[in-house]
Amino acid sequence: MTKTYPALAALAVACFATTASADKIKFDYWYGLTGDLGVVLAQTCDRFNASQDKYEAVCTGYDGYENVVQSAIAAFRAGKAPALLQSFDAGTADLMMSGQFYAVTQMMKDYNIEIDWSDYFPAIGNYYASSKGELFSMPFNSSTAVMYYNTDDLTAAGVAIPTTWDEFGAALQALKAKNAAKCAYGYEPQVWIDLEQYSAINNIPLATNNNGYDGLDTQLVYNTTSAVKHMEDIKSWLDAGLAEMKVSAGGMNSQEAFSQNLCSFFFGSIASHSSLNLKHAEGLNWDVAMIPTEKGMERHNSVVGGASLWVLAGKTEEEYRGVAEYLKFIATPEEIKFFVSNTGYIAVTKSAFDALTGEGFYSAAPFKGREVAIASLTATEPGPLGRGFRLGSMIQLRAEWLSEVQAALAGDKPVQEAYDTAVERGNALLAKFAKTYAGKTLP
Amino acid sequence: MRRAYFKNNWIAALMVTPQLIVVFTFFYFPASQAMYWAFTLEQPWGGGNTWVGLDNFRAILSDDLYWSSVWLSIVFALGSTALAVGMALILAIFVDRQLAGYKAYKIGMIWPYAIAAPAVGLAFRFIFSPGAGIMMFVNQVFPDLWNPVENGTQAMAMVILAGAWKQVAYNFIFFLAGLQSIPRSLIEAGAMDGARTLRRMRDIQLPLLAPTFFFVLVINITDSFTDSFGIIDTMTAGGPSRATNLMVYKIFNDGFQGLDYSGAAAQSIILMGLVIALTFVQFRYIERKVHYT
Repeated sequence: MTKTYPALAALAVACFATTASADKIKFDYWYGLTGDLGVVLAQTCDRFNASQDKYEAVCTGYDGYENVVQSAIAAFRAGKAPALLQSFDAGTADLMMSGQFYAVTQMMKDYNIEIDWSDYFPAIGNYYASSKGELFSMPFNSSTAVMYYNTDDLTAAGVAIPTTWDEFGAALQALKAKNAAKCAYGYEPQVWIDLEQYSAINNIPLATNNNGYDGLDTQLVYNTTSAVKHMEDIKSWLDAGLAEMKVSAGGMNSQEAFSQNLCSFFFGSIASHSSLNLKHAEGLNWDVAMIPTEKGMERHNSVVGGASLWVLAGKTEEEYRGVAEYLKFIATPEEIKFFVSNTGYIAVTKSAFDALTGEGFYSAAPFKGREVAIASLTATEPGPLGRGFRLGSMIQLRAEWLSEVQAALAGDKPVQEAYDTAVERGNALLAKFAKTYAGKTLP
Repeated sequence: MRRAYFKNNWIAALMVTPQLIVVFTFFYFPASQAMYWAFTLEQPWGGGNTWVGLDNFRAILSDDLYWSSVWLSIVFALGSTALAVGMALILAIFVDRQLAGYKAYKIGMIWPYAIAAPAVGLAFRFIFSPGAGIMMFVNQVFPDLWNPVENGTQAMAMVILAGAWKQVAYNFIFFLAGLQSIPRSLIEAGAMDGARTLRRMRDIQLPLLAPTFFFVLVINITDSFTDSFGIIDTMTAGGPSRATNLMVYKIFNDGFQGLDYSGAAAQSIILMGLVIALTFVQFRYIERKVHYT
């Protein structure tokens, strides 16, 4: 399995630490963050190990979330799983159904560690909680999607920051009228943004059973909501040249096109905030805003992205004590600040966010703008449709969506037909998922 | 023909054991496991599975898009094999005729095989990128002519080219070795009888190359079903709209990313069956036409 350099560095550090103090109790921690973000994560491990004389986190990085989850499953089946696993949204349903984890709330209670769970932003906590609201995994690197825009281009075209999709369409027209040669909107099909965030923000269902939280017999319904119209709008912008397709397969994705000052708008995770800060074309002035809503719809909270930390079952009590110490460590305001300021992720607790705001963290570059993500996540208290999506086979559901959207955007079929097909195929996947866990219920 | 025998069977058994262990551990054991999973619904984190008989196969085989994936895999296999074998044959004949600079050329030709498929994919992704690579110039002369990001046929052509390019080197080595093992005297005799280069190629070299040709064909087709993964993953990720979603990539997607172990296992069994069937057909019908000397 490919390991990233930070992982090797972490391993090297771990080995060094081992020789220095061989009597520390070790536990394994596998994570999926890569690149710069992986380096920062490895640093949190080092900071923990330096602060500890009793426990030691042995942190290993894998190349992406899919790989780390896949490797952890293989290891788990062989009885060699790590104690702590960084898993992403799409891996949540399978983990919950398996029951092969130690709920963090329960673990902290068992080891008498005080953590104020109500301090976590509800939009973040709910995503990883059971249908009854019990938090199963530790919220960690959290993000949400935002709209990035080129300040200079918008000013030049005399456009205000769009807050509805109608205004967004008008803004594209104005940008094109001002500078026809420049790409106004670098578009890349992203199910997380075009469908999932869209549905949450406009408070419309993506699937029955409150987006899957209330049972396994869930059916997708996004082909019957205004999500269809939204995709039709995107297609009409692409067809009219108001938006341009910017994907990696074409040599440049939407974020790169934006950072190189080629396109005026792009939608992406707030986690990109730091990489855009580090790497962008000379003279590019940009900022972020919340994703527009549908006209006439009230704004609701967006959903959280990123990953959380799962404690896996079948470990010794000593290891669990170590894990509990680590989770307590990363929940401290200082560590949240360290992680947040070195990555683009958001502060997961209200107190850490307030403390950072109080220090003026969000009022100056390079962190200014990141508070938009919190504003978006906390726009409302999460209602039944705002908690997230508890769907099995989520990776494949997303792949079905992408394939059908690509077909629709290439003009092979109308958007409605594409969405109907994606939903129909998705429902077959959900039915199969329910059958795989026949006789079990979602916790 | 003389054969060598081991007098002591125990030593023979000892010698083959390591190889057998490797084959059993890395082939027969996983294959049997996949076979079992294919008939069940397996929970990824363990915790049991349900026997569902042929349900997984029924679901897959009644899916139009799965059949299109099978069809695409066959197109890819035939396309990249034809291209790779054809190009390699022409290049090997050039080298065999010892045209100027053939020694440097011979070594250069072998290199591409040493490049990992994902690296080939990345290089070709740049070359064929409509907005950034070499094809950008073509697009400037003929706007919108080349866009594999949206056009499925072009995307397929692109991955076939990349797949073939990687395979050419391998085939080249075999063809060159084959050509060089043809006795010079035969070719010289042909030349003295007045046969020109092309005639000698057609009547002497190609027929004598048939066993090599057959070997290369089998290997290429088998390889293109399984080894295409790296190229697809880096170049198109199966898109646009499933136009390059080959069987092996779909297995990876469903099993390794989507955690649908049973569905992926059933697909693996089908893929294995297809490769076995194709190899069988080749041995049964094409090998008959091959004469070993």
